[in-house]
Amino acid sequence: MMSGKSTQEPYPEAATDRSRGADAPDSAPGSADTADVVLELADASKEFGAETAVNELSLSVREGELLTLLGPSGCGKTTTLRLIAGLETPTAGTITLDDERVADDTHSVDPEDRDVGIVFQDFALFPHMTVEENIAFGLTDADGDRTDERVAELLELVGLESFGERTPDQLSGGQQQRVALARALAPEPDLLLLDEPFSNLDVRLRVRMREEVRRILEAAGVTAVSVTHDQEEALSISDRVAVLNDGRLEQVGRPEVVFEQPESRFVAAFLGRAGFLSGSVDEAGVHTGIGSFETARMQGLTDDYAGTDIDVLVRPDDLRANPVADEDAGNGRVVHRQYTGSSFVYRVELDTGDVIHCEHNHTTDIHLDQRVAVSFVADHRLAWYPAE
Amino acid sequence: MSTLGDGRIDIDRGTVLKGGLLALAGAIALAVVAPIAWLVVRAFDMGIESALALLSSPSTVQITVNSALLVAAVTAGSVLLGVPLAVLTARTDLPFRRFWTVLLALPLVVPSYIGAFAFVSAFGPRGTLADLLAPLGVESIPTIYGLQGTVLVLTLFVYPYVFLTTRAALLSFDASQIEAARTLNHSYLGAFRRIVLPQIAPGIAAGALLVGLYTLSDFGTPSIMHYDVFTRMIFVEYNAFGRGRAALLSVLLLGLTVAILGIESRLSADDGNAYAGGRRGYTISLGAWKWPALAFCTLVVALCLLVPLGVLAMWLFRGGPGYSAGGFAFEWSYGLNSVVVAALAALVATVAALPVGYLSARTDGPLTDLFDRMTYLGYAAPGVVVGFALVYFGVRYLPGLYQTLPLLIFGYVVRFIPQAVGTTQSSVLQVDRSLLEAARTLGHSPLASFRRVTLPLIAPGVVAGAALVFLTTMKELPATLLLHPSGFKTLVTYIWQVQDAGYYGAAAVPALVLVAVSGLSMLVILTQEGDDVR
Repeated sequence: MMSGKSTQEPYPEAATDRSRGADAPDSAPGSADTADVVLELADASKEFGAETAVNELSLSVREGELLTLLGPSGCGKTTTLRLIAGLETPTAGTITLDDERVADDTHSVDPEDRDVGIVFQDFALFPHMTVEENIAFGLTDADGDRTDERVAELLELVGLESFGERTPDQLSGGQQQRVALARALAPEPDLLLLDEPFSNLDVRLRVRMREEVRRILEAAGVTAVSVTHDQEEALSISDRVAVLNDGRLEQVGRPEVVFEQPESRFVAAFLGRAGFLSGSVDEAGVHTGIGSFETARMQGLTDDYAGTDIDVLVRPDDLRANPVADEDAGNGRVVHRQYTGSSFVYRVELDTGDVIHCEHNHTTDIHLDQRVAVSFVADHRLAWYPAE
Repeated sequence: MSTLGDGRIDIDRGTVLKGGLLALAGAIALAVVAPIAWLVVRAFDMGIESALALLSSPSTVQITVNSALLVAAVTAGSVLLGVPLAVLTARTDLPFRRFWTVLLALPLVVPSYIGAFAFVSAFGPRGTLADLLAPLGVESIPTIYGLQGTVLVLTLFVYPYVFLTTRAALLSFDASQIEAARTLNHSYLGAFRRIVLPQIAPGIAAGALLVGLYTLSDFGTPSIMHYDVFTRMIFVEYNAFGRGRAALLSVLLLGLTVAILGIESRLSADDGNAYAGGRRGYTISLGAWKWPALAFCTLVVALCLLVPLGVLAMWLFRGGPGYSAGGFAFEWSYGLNSVVVAALAALVATVAALPVGYLSARTDGPLTDLFDRMTYLGYAAPGVVVGFALVYFGVRYLPGLYQTLPLLIFGYVVRFIPQAVGTTQSSVLQVDRSLLEAARTLGHSPLASFRRVTLPLIAPGVVAGAALVFLTTMKELPATLLLHPSGFKTLVTYIWQVQDAGYYGAAAVPALVLVAVSGLSMLVILTQEGDDVR
């Protein structure tokens, strides 16, 4: 059961020495590499008729971490969640929860017999029960006093001490979510699943609830798997992110690693705005439309690639476009400008034909058709892909 | 492995549980369908030659023509009444529109046989009008019996179907389309004809088909009005022990019903082009036409509501010894009998509807769909056909049950179980699937989840369904007449008996009770629909 530990991490040595985000204090995830595996999927697949929703997915989640399944809609992330909960049965592969095989191709443990809690996308609070009754619903073994105690504990944890007597329709969206969280946490599940937890909240509440949910999960010390299509949400709350596409796992790793060193063009394009510079490799380095880079700047590029063409991943905040007066100077031309309030994003068509975006401060005003010299302003290593 | 295979895991643990539920639903559906199916088989059994002879006999042809005439006339009359009234109440500045809308829909709550009974007792040979005119030397008045009386009464009590469907179509109509037509050089009338009418036509047609179906299957009115149509003749043949003929007429009537249902389902299938959005609501100013419009509404309301209710009230107060003569005195125990059988029918129908309604809401397999549809057969079939099929079937296979309460109640269940299936199904559909999944992940078995989450949430809908079955059973005429044990009197059999003997006055109390019961059932339907919208 523990064999997945080393094989599931495709980028074991890729961790950079940058500090973790503010959302991920050192204590919880710092031990992630050595903590026990709580959940392990091995080649799990799910087919609906001719359609393959999840395709040979292998993944493991360690105790105390929050892993987010991220991908566009229809990528199989919600189905994966339902497989873990026991609400769907895999057509192939195995699922192991806390060292117990809960599903393979011949049997499947019922959801009520797995120690898994879910926060549903629409919260799924029981409308005919009060908040307290909702939270107590999963406490099937405890006696009355113990149940009351636990319900009070959870109400305090989610900050709804005075709302116990209300019914779900008397609560705001954020409060409903807290109740859903409390209800799922009440039976102390081995694993908590969150299905698009913030999608039913309005934008401002969403950001606040992210922090709040993160706080509650940490206070409860629970291992969690969440699902979202919102990359900002995934990157900001997760200890690790697993990017799914078309039922397959594209990449899994710490948010900054996945963001900065995407292993595929799909991941690069899905996380943030990606641009690609076509470049040719020789012994001197990589030559692109905005200048040359040393081979060492490229993540994992070796001299073996000399003489070939590659595409270098660049993001808008890595690039600056400086206006040039002379029509013959510079390396491109502004073809589109978008004002977002906090910044200007200029689309530049380089003389080589590549189209890239440059993000500027909102006070920098470059007009359309202006000749510019685009330069690279960041100092991190760059991801690249063999030319298509 | 999931046996559902469609990703909607519901009762995963109990493949057995689900299989059992499916078998149960199948058995219930079969029981509901069996008598009618058997009737059809028997009718074909009588041999093609004798069947053909019967079919082409002058009397059968006459019955068919009569039925067709009645359906055509009532449908046309309902459209002529219903559409103008709908336009007046939905789209003009008629004073007190809400008041008129309610009053004009209200005739639907008067069971048509009570309406017929009231009209006969008012305008019939021994009725009120004749009594009033006799001292004046008027010997005879135009007869209320026959085609004209049947058409008049049925039209007055079923036109609200057209009124309501047309109103709904008019109300969902987008005002900006009219404005567009006006700016494109059309007069208001031109716009109405070219823009509004084509788009509300499906609504009118839907109402007209309901009217047609109702007219074809109505037993009470033509019987009271002595007009020979299928329903009346099936009953007559049955009483004259002409069972083969009754069976054949039943099958013929079923065939016609199915044909109308077929048209209806096709019509409602392409109902989906309703173009919503934009501004709703536009109002035609009536001007001086307001007065004729008010007079029209008043006349309709007077005929549909004031006449029957007035006549019944009059009998109630006139009472007198003359009306309770002949051993026809009304006893409240008849009412109690009605309540008891209706309550039992409601109970049985509700319990039997649970597995069928639950399955059809929660799974979509060909089998569950089939079972769901099968339970609707008794509802679509005319009551007299259901009653006759059960008698026929009962005499042959269940002689011990013939003319007993269990068979009567079974007949009611066959007839009205769809009301319970429908309400159960729609309440189950309103229980979000994720609620059950939440209950499962919180450690509850499928059965416990059903008990603690689904059942409390569907309870109001299930109770409403039971109430509906109860109320419609109370007023069911043909099945009661055919299946009631001899000597067992209910409100309905009593009304039938006294109107047959001409002791109209005696029926006032039970008739008013049935109007009230009918009104209550309408209220239940309306509150149910309100729930659905919410």
